[in-house]
Amino acid sequence: MNLKENNETFELIALQQRDKAVFARVLDQNSDRIYRLALKMLGNVQDAEDILQETFIKAFNNIEKFEGRSKISTWLYRIAVNESLMLLRKRKGNTVQLEMSIETDDGDLIPRQIVDWCCLPEKELMNTETRDYIQEAVKILSDSNRAAFILRDVEGLSTQETAEALDISESAVKVRLMRARMQLREELTGFFARKMIKETL
Amino acid sequence: MTHKHDLTCHNILENLNAYIDGELDDKLCADIESHVQSCPNCQIVINTLKKTIQLCKLTDAEISLPSETRHRLYARLNLEDYDKKD
Repeated sequence: MNLKENNETFELIALQQRDKAVFARVLDQNSDRIYRLALKMLGNVQDAEDILQETFIKAFNNIEKFEGRSKISTWLYRIAVNESLMLLRKRKGNTVQLEMSIETDDGDLIPRQIVDWCCLPEKELMNTETRDYIQEAVKILSDSNRAAFILRDVEGLSTQETAEALDISESAVKVRLMRARMQLREELTGFFARKMIKETL
Repeated sequence: MTHKHDLTCHNILENLNAYIDGELDDKLCADIESHVQSCPNCQIVINTLKKTIQLCKLTDAEISLPSETRHRLYARLNLEDYDKKD
């Protein structure tokens, strides 16, 4: 069975027979994205490297469990997300995550700040200060909402692939994604609004 | 600035994700676009939400595996022979 992905064809049997050259190709094509995911989930390079190594060790040790029903990248994402969530749980213990509430008592999501910051010049929208702020804002999201956001919006997986990687329903992906997007919008709106006020003073 | 959530704005919010992801049927899309034309608040929410996603994507697109980290990964997996030279 051939698996076509990213313009590469993998021989599933060769993969399951632990062909080193095929392993190396899987590694070459997926290490960037798994590292990116781990870095966004964990927030520091050392933990990201640990998760990266653990993901591929686990994947290659259990390669017979990969049956080719999903993309191999989705399967790898799934392992990496599980490893990341396990590490985060271990670190946080019983602490409770507090998110800025954007929900009404009925569970509806509402935008709290209405400021049009899209008109700001591109160089201001994408300078180092903004990038740093975005990195921090993503960390504020709950672990589960962050995972959905990274997979769907940053890595560009479909809703179905994200659901497979997180082992949840597509409707649950949509709920988590909406919460993450709306919360990030609030964070960035606050950030740019403060900048706009500063400029007018 | 305050934002009144009348039923129509509420409906926009309910369908916001699907609208941004292009998953709505043509009729609902047209209704949303018509609402947005006369509702600056909804327009701002939609535009800033789209921009938020775009900025987050751009920020993370620059992250790539540092070469030292890649070398250690290949070594850990006993795949050094396949590691690219810098």
